[in-house]
Amino acid sequence: MPLVRDGKITDDAFVLVADDAPLPDDGAILISAKRFLEDPEAIARRLGKTGVVWPNNRDVDDLVPYLDRLAVVALVFPTFRDGRAYSQARLLRERFLYRGELRATGQVLRDQFVFMLRAGFDAFEVKKLADAEVFAQTTSRYSVFYQPTGDGRVTALNRRMQLRHSESAGL
Amino acid sequence: MYAYDELDRTLIHERVSEFRDQVKRRLSGELTEDEFKMLRLQNGVYLQLHAYMFRVAIPYGTLSSRQLRQLAHVARRYDRGYGHFTTRQNIQFNWIKLAELPDALADLAEVGIHAMQTSGNNTRNVTSDQWAGVAPGEIEDPRIWSEILRQYTTLHPEFSFLPRKFKFAITASAHDRAAIKVHDIGLRLHRNEQGETGFEVLVGGGLGRTPFIGKSIRPFVHGRDLLSYVEAIMRVYNQYGRRDNIYKARIKILVHELGIERFAQEVEEEWQQIRDGALKLDDAVVEEIRSRFTYPAYEKLAHMPDELRKAAHDPHFEAWRRNSVFPHKVTGYAIVTLSLKPVGGPPGDATADQMDALADLADKYSFGEIRVGHEQNLALPHVARRDLPVLWKALDKIGLATPNVNLVSDIIACPGLDYCSLANARSIPIAQELTRRFANHDTANLIGRLHINISGCINACGHHHVGHIGILGVEKNGEEFYQITIGGRADENAEVGTLIGPAVPYAEVADVIEDIVEAYLALRARPDELFVDTVKRLGVEPFRERVYATR
Amino acid sequence: MTSPLEQKKIKITGPSVVTANRTWDGIVVYRTVAQGWSAELADAAIVRTSDDARTLLAESVADDVGAVGAYIAPVEVEDGGEIRPGNLREQIRSAGVTIGLPVQA
Repeated sequence: MPLVRDGKITDDAFVLVADDAPLPDDGAILISAKRFLEDPEAIARRLGKTGVVWPNNRDVDDLVPYLDRLAVVALVFPTFRDGRAYSQARLLRERFLYRGELRATGQVLRDQFVFMLRAGFDAFEVKKLADAEVFAQTTSRYSVFYQPTGDGRVTALNRRMQLRHSESAGL
Repeated sequence: MYAYDELDRTLIHERVSEFRDQVKRRLSGELTEDEFKMLRLQNGVYLQLHAYMFRVAIPYGTLSSRQLRQLAHVARRYDRGYGHFTTRQNIQFNWIKLAELPDALADLAEVGIHAMQTSGNNTRNVTSDQWAGVAPGEIEDPRIWSEILRQYTTLHPEFSFLPRKFKFAITASAHDRAAIKVHDIGLRLHRNEQGETGFEVLVGGGLGRTPFIGKSIRPFVHGRDLLSYVEAIMRVYNQYGRRDNIYKARIKILVHELGIERFAQEVEEEWQQIRDGALKLDDAVVEEIRSRFTYPAYEKLAHMPDELRKAAHDPHFEAWRRNSVFPHKVTGYAIVTLSLKPVGGPPGDATADQMDALADLADKYSFGEIRVGHEQNLALPHVARRDLPVLWKALDKIGLATPNVNLVSDIIACPGLDYCSLANARSIPIAQELTRRFANHDTANLIGRLHINISGCINACGHHHVGHIGILGVEKNGEEFYQITIGGRADENAEVGTLIGPAVPYAEVADVIEDIVEAYLALRARPDELFVDTVKRLGVEPFRERVYATR
Repeated sequence: MTSPLEQKKIKITGPSVVTANRTWDGIVVYRTVAQGWSAELADAAIVRTSDDARTLLAESVADDVGAVGAYIAPVEVEDGGEIRPGNLREQIRSAGVTIGLPVQA
């Protein structure tokens, strides 16, 4: 499954480690939330980078104390129609100021890329290679956005206000 | 009328272009139906019995004549020459081809019409009442807030994949014509003691399998906090609404299961975190939106012009005027309701020819504006009273002057089994027969205001739960049967109707309704006691007796 | 006519066909023996056991480039072999709406 970062397909530095497999001391790993929470201090002390796969039916509150020690938080879309991870993503980015990699996993399809970017995802385990290959052009499909999210895009309302101000300032 | 600017238009075009690509990928097989279905639903495309159905948004029920002409064009070019106006102020076309949909959408985009989020598990058309901006006694035009909400909810990245559909309605009048109490979020615009504009927020109303009347979650949310408060509600719903069972996935179930106090608390906690953030609406922003609503340059006109005085001798004109013409906030003007319920016709349908003719009349007599109501009728909101006689003649010619508005033959019906793949039974022929039984206008006037609502299945798109008389199609052993309820209301005193007895077969429904009406006429305390008030006073028993005595 | 979209178990009580809507234009079609789709009910493959129905439905659903929303519908087969829709819903799908188009003055 191709991983997309910065708009293009890249190698995935992180290895998913099963719950019953031993934890390597170094190297970048992804583990389940359940495993992580069994001993979060110890795991956070690992030499290598650590990422957690957080289920979409659990509040992110339990993960918040460890965010600054995590390189990746992977959220889950069990089907593309289950949109709970969008709320989780926005909370992590906008409320808890998480700055590491926020990865979308599960049924990640082309037609949700823009929504995911706006919600704060910056890495995508894309289901279909064909979708991964068109990531850049898909995400430039829209230029107008009505609502503010943490993505920094200027909303339509703000653009209108800016236009008004520049008009009234005689610019 | 709201004027779309470059940004609004760009977004619509970008959406059309995206959908065109999605349809291409579907037809080539690159997208499976499972992957495509939600995408097409989010562009208003259903699969029905015979064909695809295309539901086009008419935001808060307001159309320009140019837009109405374009709807007529779509009906002709891509469909079978007619459209159906719905209980949520939208329009539906029943015979559309998927392969032609991108072109139809592109044609509509030229006049600022779209089909974004008219279906799917997202936020739907924000409805208001069809007299918004012109009704006497309105606090302010609720459509300004509807437009603010429309923009906020359109392609919202966090809330495009909710547990289930989500519907808003707003009213700014004491008499609620927008049925806010049976919406997921209902908003009542009003002023607090300090004279500030804000909203009573109701949550968890809805019909369908488990009807609920909405509960008040906050008596006053200041206008500037509207969006952040709505975002808090939606975030709680998105995270905690049930996703295991589509029949328990609406917010009304979550509110019911948590209880309104606990739900309100969850929302409050979330809201406190975001109320001062980017969603806070400052006055300048609201003014920006308000400034793009234009209102007619009304003339100073007499309340009783000569034209009207002279026309009063014509009994047909008078019958129509007394029935279909309503007071306007500006002296000398009127709001005219156009009945789409002709005798023998399918309720809520209009032909392309009618739409074009109406667009011309709107230009001549209503400053180019038309409204769509959730009772599946249309309205001309800015008619000078002196033009009423000449307008009536023109409307009568094109079949839009049936004087039965709000009467027993002004029936609200879903498409039912003739069109809809969810239906158990037909609804349109029931409505047609009822309009024939009650075709006599004197009889209909004698009966007075009486709302009949017909749904072909429990999804209740005909809003039967809140009909004065509600008719619900069910199936028994492969035959069509109908459950009858009475005493429902959709307004500020909203309540769900009561079943009167066992379901009756298709052939008997019209007889049963006649029996109910006869019972009412015999039992009412005074001629002006409305049907629904007689039911309130006496309960269903006397009606039940009358109907089932010989059945 | 309880919506067949609510069919959870496949269990037929008589001769049945698989019907759907053609993907590109939405018209009513029936699954044929030749594993295609036809607008004519006469061309429909008939199944008479629940197992056969399940098999036919599964292979129909897999062909969603051609048609969508496939489900099993009852039919009546006359002595002469003529196939008729087996309930009101299928009659309406086959013959069209039971009402006239909107009335215009």
